[in-house]
Amino acid sequence: MIEVVVLSGKGGTGKTSLTAAFAHLANGSVICDLDVDAPDLHLLLQPRQMASEPFISGHEARIRAEHCNGCGLCMTLCRFNAIAESDAVPRIDPLRCEGCKTCVALCPSQAIDFNPKQCGQWYLSQTRMGPLVHAQLIPAEENSGRLVALLRQKAKELAQERQLSLVLSDGPPGIGCPVISSLAGASLAVIVSEPTPSGEHDLVRIVDLCDHFQVPVGVIINKADLSVDYHRRIETFCDERTIPLLGSLPFDTVFIEAVVKGRAVTEYVPDGIADDIRRIWAAIEAMAKIGTTV
Amino acid sequence: MKVAVASGKGGTGKTLLSASLFSVWKDPLVVVDLDVEEPNLHLFLNPEISGTRTAELEIPVVDAAKCDYCGKCAQLCQFKAINVLGEVVLTFTEMCHGCGGCLAVCPRGALTSGSRPLGEMRWGRIGSDRFLMGALRVGEAMSPPLMRVVKQKLQGMLSEAAADVIIDAPPGVSCPAVNAVMDSDVIVLVTEPTPFGLHDLRLAHEAFAQLGKPMGVVINRAGLPGSDVDDYCRANHLRVLAKIPFDRRIAETYAAGGVIAEAMGELRPFFSDLADQIRTLVETAAQPLEISR
Repeated sequence: MIEVVVLSGKGGTGKTSLTAAFAHLANGSVICDLDVDAPDLHLLLQPRQMASEPFISGHEARIRAEHCNGCGLCMTLCRFNAIAESDAVPRIDPLRCEGCKTCVALCPSQAIDFNPKQCGQWYLSQTRMGPLVHAQLIPAEENSGRLVALLRQKAKELAQERQLSLVLSDGPPGIGCPVISSLAGASLAVIVSEPTPSGEHDLVRIVDLCDHFQVPVGVIINKADLSVDYHRRIETFCDERTIPLLGSLPFDTVFIEAVVKGRAVTEYVPDGIADDIRRIWAAIEAMAKIGTTV
Repeated sequence: MKVAVASGKGGTGKTLLSASLFSVWKDPLVVVDLDVEEPNLHLFLNPEISGTRTAELEIPVVDAAKCDYCGKCAQLCQFKAINVLGEVVLTFTEMCHGCGGCLAVCPRGALTSGSRPLGEMRWGRIGSDRFLMGALRVGEAMSPPLMRVVKQKLQGMLSEAAADVIIDAPPGVSCPAVNAVMDSDVIVLVTEPTPFGLHDLRLAHEAFAQLGKPMGVVINRAGLPGSDVDDYCRANHLRVLAKIPFDRRIAETYAAGGVIAEAMGELRPFFSDLADQIRTLVETAAQPLEISR
């Protein structure tokens, strides 16, 4: 099974638009939206939901005021500044609580409940391009890394069941917990960059992260004509690190027009940029050896 | 006054806006990059860095001579960072959240504090204003602990000399984003009028509304085809503070490392007005409600 994940470091470089186009061109893959925090791929794929399950992960501490003796030990122990006194009773701020259980275990009055909490919902859906595994983290919740791991596992199971050899994932921005969870053990990371100071800076960090996890990398320069200077700098960087440059795409509002129509770019326009994306996809197929292994 | 510049969707223009607000801000300022996974603000503001420090997280270190393998630490740990197997204690320090629970429950004092590097904190000056940022170590999964260290440093800087604060927050709506905005006085949500922009604005609004802080919206790339962000804002009583037009020259200026309010002088009054709008939003929110007759 081959797992290709589309990443960028910097947000807004075009991960989702390109993932949708790749899903269109792949012609038979399990598609996976790993940006569980702010998922957008479904806006292009209009999924028909087949199954849905709550994602329960971690616990939330809660003080029962009627059993609290007001000693304040919990406030001293909490490293997350999640407990503060209000009306002479300590209260836990659920947005700051990390569910570590320290206060629960050491409360002399055993006045703190510790209940499992729902952090999101995950879905198995059907789309015109293939099955989609996706989720939505409840806004302001945590454990996105665990939800990402769960989605990847479900996507692989589904691929096996449907005898599909490719899992194609739209990854989250950044280099932290959900990105690491999206990346570790993947066959190939396709990084969508842009020729700006931020794009270059963040590309270096995400490439370093991929190296750290020994995941092969290919780079796409999107909005390529915005800066000749930064375009050249990214090319030089890829050259120095012997990273294949999969292709460049121009700064073009056709990407947004396609989003507005709820289509992948390759569905929306017949040639031009669509041809460029086809060439990039062919390079990805060659690099990940898609179609040659099962 | 602390202003947090946030967004659900990445790449909507948080850094662009933070840099331009910095440029027009009248009062003394500390500008903070809390997007520690991918900090970018320094690339545009070119601060003179005067200090750096490795930020660390407290993790347990086992003293095998004192441990009697009772397993209380492993029972408590919610993050599978410490395990007791027979007469072996295994720590998986990269999983540790630094809650200190294992150290607190150990009956024999067999755990002492060690540390894991989270990343680097850097601070310095930009002209007469101050700058602060965090950069997560590549390979480190947890950004909120580093953000907490940066916020402590910010408190220190503010107690040395009071100032307004502009925070460039990370994208998203989960723990890192909430962590970045939770101590601010006002949240400026940057979005774009595309279906992605609107969808993620909705998520961000939902996430941050729980904090009960005044919020306003800046629509970047206004004029792009797509969803009507205005309708959403109107229906949800979110004030639209400004619209930055979709203009290739803005994208090119940003791509050249320019601060829009400086490199495109004709837009400077626009950003000054926006700064005033943000102030007004905080001040009106601070006014107690009165029933008018």
